[in-house]
Amino acid sequence: MTLSVEGITKRFGNLVANDGISLELPAGTLHSILGENGAGKSTLMKILSGIVSPDSGWVILDGQPIALGSPEQALAAGIGMLHQEPLVCLPFTAAENFRLGSRRSVAASTAELVETGSRFGFRLDPAAVTRSLSIGERQQLEIVRLLAAGIKVLILDEPTSGITINQRRELFAALHRLAGEGLTVLFVSHKLEEVNELCTSVTVLRRGRVVGTSALPRREEDLVEMMFEQGSLIPTRAPATENGGVVAELIAVSSGDERTGITRADLQVNEGEVVGLAGLEGSGQGSLLRALAGTASIQRGRVTIGGRDVTHRTAQRAAEAGISFLPGGRLEEGLLPGLTITEHIELASNSARFLDWDAARLRAIEAIDAFRIKGSPDSAADQLSGGNQQRLLLALLPPKLKLLLMEHPTRGLDLDSAAYVWGRLLERRKDGTAIIFSSADIDELLTYSDRILVLFEGRIIARLAARDTDAEEVGTLIGGRVTA
Amino acid sequence: MEATLASIVAAAAPLIYAAVGEAITERAGIVNLSLDGSILLSAMAGFAVAFTTGNVGLGFLVAALVSAFVALMVAWSGIRLRLNQVAVGFILTLLGAALSSYLGEGFAHQPGPSVTSAPIPGLSKIPLIGRAIFGQNLSVYGSLILVVVTAWFLARSRIGLQLRAVGERPEAAHARGINVNRHRYLAALVGGALVGVAGAAFSLDQKLGWSDGHTAGFGWIALAIVIFGGWQPIRVAIGCYLFGALQVVALRLQDDLPGLAQILPSLPFPLMIFALVVVNSAGLRRLLTRSPRLSRWLLPEPPAALGRNFVPE
Amino acid sequence: MTGSIGARIAGLVAPVIVALAATIGLLLLADAPPFEALKLIGEGAFSGKTRFADTLMAWAPVAIAGAGLVVTFAAGLWNIGVEGQIVAGAIAASLAARTVPGDRGLVLTVTLAGGVIGGALWGGAAGVLKVKGKVNEIFGGIGLGFVAQAFATYLIIGPWKRSGVASTSGTEPFRPETWLPTAFDTRLAPIAIGLALAILIGVGLVMRGTRFGLRLRAVGSNPASARLLGVPADATTMRAFLVGGGLAGLAGAVIVTGVQHKLVPAIAGGRGFLAVLVVLLAGYRVRWVGPIALFFAAISVGSSQLQLRLDLDSSLGAVIQGLLVLSAVLFGGWFAKRQGLGRQT
Repeated sequence: MTLSVEGITKRFGNLVANDGISLELPAGTLHSILGENGAGKSTLMKILSGIVSPDSGWVILDGQPIALGSPEQALAAGIGMLHQEPLVCLPFTAAENFRLGSRRSVAASTAELVETGSRFGFRLDPAAVTRSLSIGERQQLEIVRLLAAGIKVLILDEPTSGITINQRRELFAALHRLAGEGLTVLFVSHKLEEVNELCTSVTVLRRGRVVGTSALPRREEDLVEMMFEQGSLIPTRAPATENGGVVAELIAVSSGDERTGITRADLQVNEGEVVGLAGLEGSGQGSLLRALAGTASIQRGRVTIGGRDVTHRTAQRAAEAGISFLPGGRLEEGLLPGLTITEHIELASNSARFLDWDAARLRAIEAIDAFRIKGSPDSAADQLSGGNQQRLLLALLPPKLKLLLMEHPTRGLDLDSAAYVWGRLLERRKDGTAIIFSSADIDELLTYSDRILVLFEGRIIARLAARDTDAEEVGTLIGGRVTA
Repeated sequence: MEATLASIVAAAAPLIYAAVGEAITERAGIVNLSLDGSILLSAMAGFAVAFTTGNVGLGFLVAALVSAFVALMVAWSGIRLRLNQVAVGFILTLLGAALSSYLGEGFAHQPGPSVTSAPIPGLSKIPLIGRAIFGQNLSVYGSLILVVVTAWFLARSRIGLQLRAVGERPEAAHARGINVNRHRYLAALVGGALVGVAGAAFSLDQKLGWSDGHTAGFGWIALAIVIFGGWQPIRVAIGCYLFGALQVVALRLQDDLPGLAQILPSLPFPLMIFALVVVNSAGLRRLLTRSPRLSRWLLPEPPAALGRNFVPE
Repeated sequence: MTGSIGARIAGLVAPVIVALAATIGLLLLADAPPFEALKLIGEGAFSGKTRFADTLMAWAPVAIAGAGLVVTFAAGLWNIGVEGQIVAGAIAASLAARTVPGDRGLVLTVTLAGGVIGGALWGGAAGVLKVKGKVNEIFGGIGLGFVAQAFATYLIIGPWKRSGVASTSGTEPFRPETWLPTAFDTRLAPIAIGLALAILIGVGLVMRGTRFGLRLRAVGSNPASARLLGVPADATTMRAFLVGGGLAGLAGAVIVTGVQHKLVPAIAGGRGFLAVLVVLLAGYRVRWVGPIALFFAAISVGSSQLQLRLDLDSSLGAVIQGLLVLSAVLFGGWFAKRQGLGRQT
């Protein structure tokens, strides 16, 4: 049983996401699709699983061409996909999510969930509400469901972001066993180390094209060379300002809801310092940032900025005190869909009662130049690409800042944009601006932070100097295990 | 006491059809805001057909078809044209009311046929609840059965599970090979038909006959009760019975407070809406967060994809 | 972008044709001569200065309330409570008209201002429910509407009843000092028309040229983002409700002082809902509110002729209005979707 992909092409407007991609995988292969953000991995996987229909090309399984463009037919043919964010309904029980889309009865699905799960070493409580499961457990639930549906090809899209090292080990062990039983595994990632650890062969994509295939393991340098046209663009760090005064302080602060909030968090940030927040998705990073930004109410403890108590003030007051927040959901929490770049700039910078649109337009043109935004003053924010949305958010930051808070500042950006964003951010440290950011990318945390705080279940469980730690240590800590 | 209970159960029947129907539609992610106009139109149509043909059952059928068509318009404009469901629903609210008034003019204030009483022998003699549950007519029995069947259907049946998924996370349903928009059409049609039955249950049973604005206000109440009831059929039914009780009380008070006779019948409407306010209030929510189990039952979240049109990539 | 002018014309013409066809069908259904009926509507609205004056007086409250709805819609609010806000404004205006002594200038000023305050109170209540109580403004507004309506009815049959008889036909007419002065021997009150025009222009200027207008749109687009950009979102929402409610209340006061001269139970008479339709058809843009409101007022006034002359129910006017807006919105969606698809491929 062989999976063949032949000449898959998909365009979105002017962008060629997939350009004549071909693959051939025998049964039982653990194969990786490697590439930077925007290389076309996600599009290819969505085409294979029937969510997106290609402009041209075929997928052939066992000599049978598969009708593309319908998840129903992809599933029936035996191709299943585990999405980066597991596609489960949060208010449903595990058993209901397992049953959804199948023809089983309630009783049969409960029994089969337990049985199939235990066969692969997953312990899943059928009655548990999915919302209460960790990302890792939700993944396990999805894998079990797909296996029970009888799939022959399993696609995993960046499955390791948001799970602990332990859960990753369980996942990889299960995948090895499944491949041994003849399942073809397509593993999509941009983490070279994982790819080398799990897979036996790799296809590298760049700008929608296959630029190389190889057996694994291979030296990471070689793989990087295939992935990027030029060497990576990590900006050099400015040294932190010595002896900077305290900019902001959290004293035993509790904030947010039970599940993703923080409990009794203490934190001091100095001028010009960069603090990285590590942790599984929803371990309290978001609540900590929002408590400082003034967008979440604080149940207990105190927050001071420049020595002044600002515990119960609004986002607006926080902005006046020199704090800015760039949230992770750019369009959901940071920008105004339907409003133009000019209107954003005007809103952020003009405090006069009456507006002068000619002057506003000029300022918008300046910002577009200065931040290399691809768009015109009249482009609506929701029509910009993710990278340009992030650049617009940067353009909206006030010139003088005491503290900059960021959630996943480079998520979804291509490497070039990410390097540009960090370059602009680190410039601000010269003026004494302190930065606190969260990221799911441990490399990003290690590269840009002075200090790394690890959060687990709403508590700060470790404070590390970035230069004295490594990915292994941080990766273990985010799972909640404190090493001696 | 027995008589009061029986009249509450009967008074709530039309509302139960409308609110449970809307709950089904909203569970699948479609907001059909047109209820107030849709009920007026189907109440008029149901009465007109029954009046003309003498056939009450045919009246119910036509009423169901009329409101199913209105719901289909809302679903279609959201799914095919990607329009705001609230906007289209509101326009249809007003258009439905205007049409009922224009087309129903000839049938206003006419005596017409009604659902015949059909007490179940023996059972209706059970003390206290017998008359309320078994001493009614087919329209009221239907409302009782509907609540139980819908509760089971949504919680346990395969299609019910799929409908809920489509309203909760359409992407997840789509990835499992479930046709999201076909399910939404289905939920809109079934829910809409029940809204139509509600109209007929007014004009052919609980509020006999037809006049301009005959059922005005009840559609909004049904929409509010769906929220009050947390999109769960049993709780929605409890909301309907509370409202039925308020109506019965207001009617009784009319004799004691003649000065207020004109406005008493309309008082349950604001009361019900403000019950919603209390249920929704931040204070109560904060109070209940201390007890997660209680708050899960009392403060359910709306379907996550409610009112959001789904476009497959 | 090719054919966009053609598409725009089609977008205007197609819904009118569909609504017209549906109306003709409905008239045939009622065995009425369709073209004569349509002609009667036109004549009923515009022939002779009396009727034209009536149409303008029907226009003013709808235009004023519609201008207020432009403000609330900009902030992303479905202020369906506008109907109740008109009633609240009318009640407050009636209270002022009944109690304030003095000459016409003073009484009218206080009465109109009273309407603004009454409507703003009701709008503000919906705002508090929304901002503090997390109650969807549709249900808060409808609930408050029931309250305002019940209160008006209570006043009419209770404390403000006509001497001797308690009747739902309304209170005693207020004294003539509280009536808006009329012109040309018609019911036309130039003050009402002037107020409506000034408000339409004023709202247009505020929406285009002030920080408040931009902030309204920011909150309407995304309150969370607006907050981060320094916009006080809750306060802006409240202001939108206060302005929208105040203008609806002014519309109520204009109805009391310029049309009814007393308080009747159906004082709003669906004008608030009609204003919502007008603003939907105007695509939320204030410059279209005036003309569309005039067209709709003409249909309302003209269709009252049908009852007298053809024995048709005057609700046909409301049917035509509903059909027009529905088909305009549906065609709008259809054209937008076609253009959207054209852009993608």
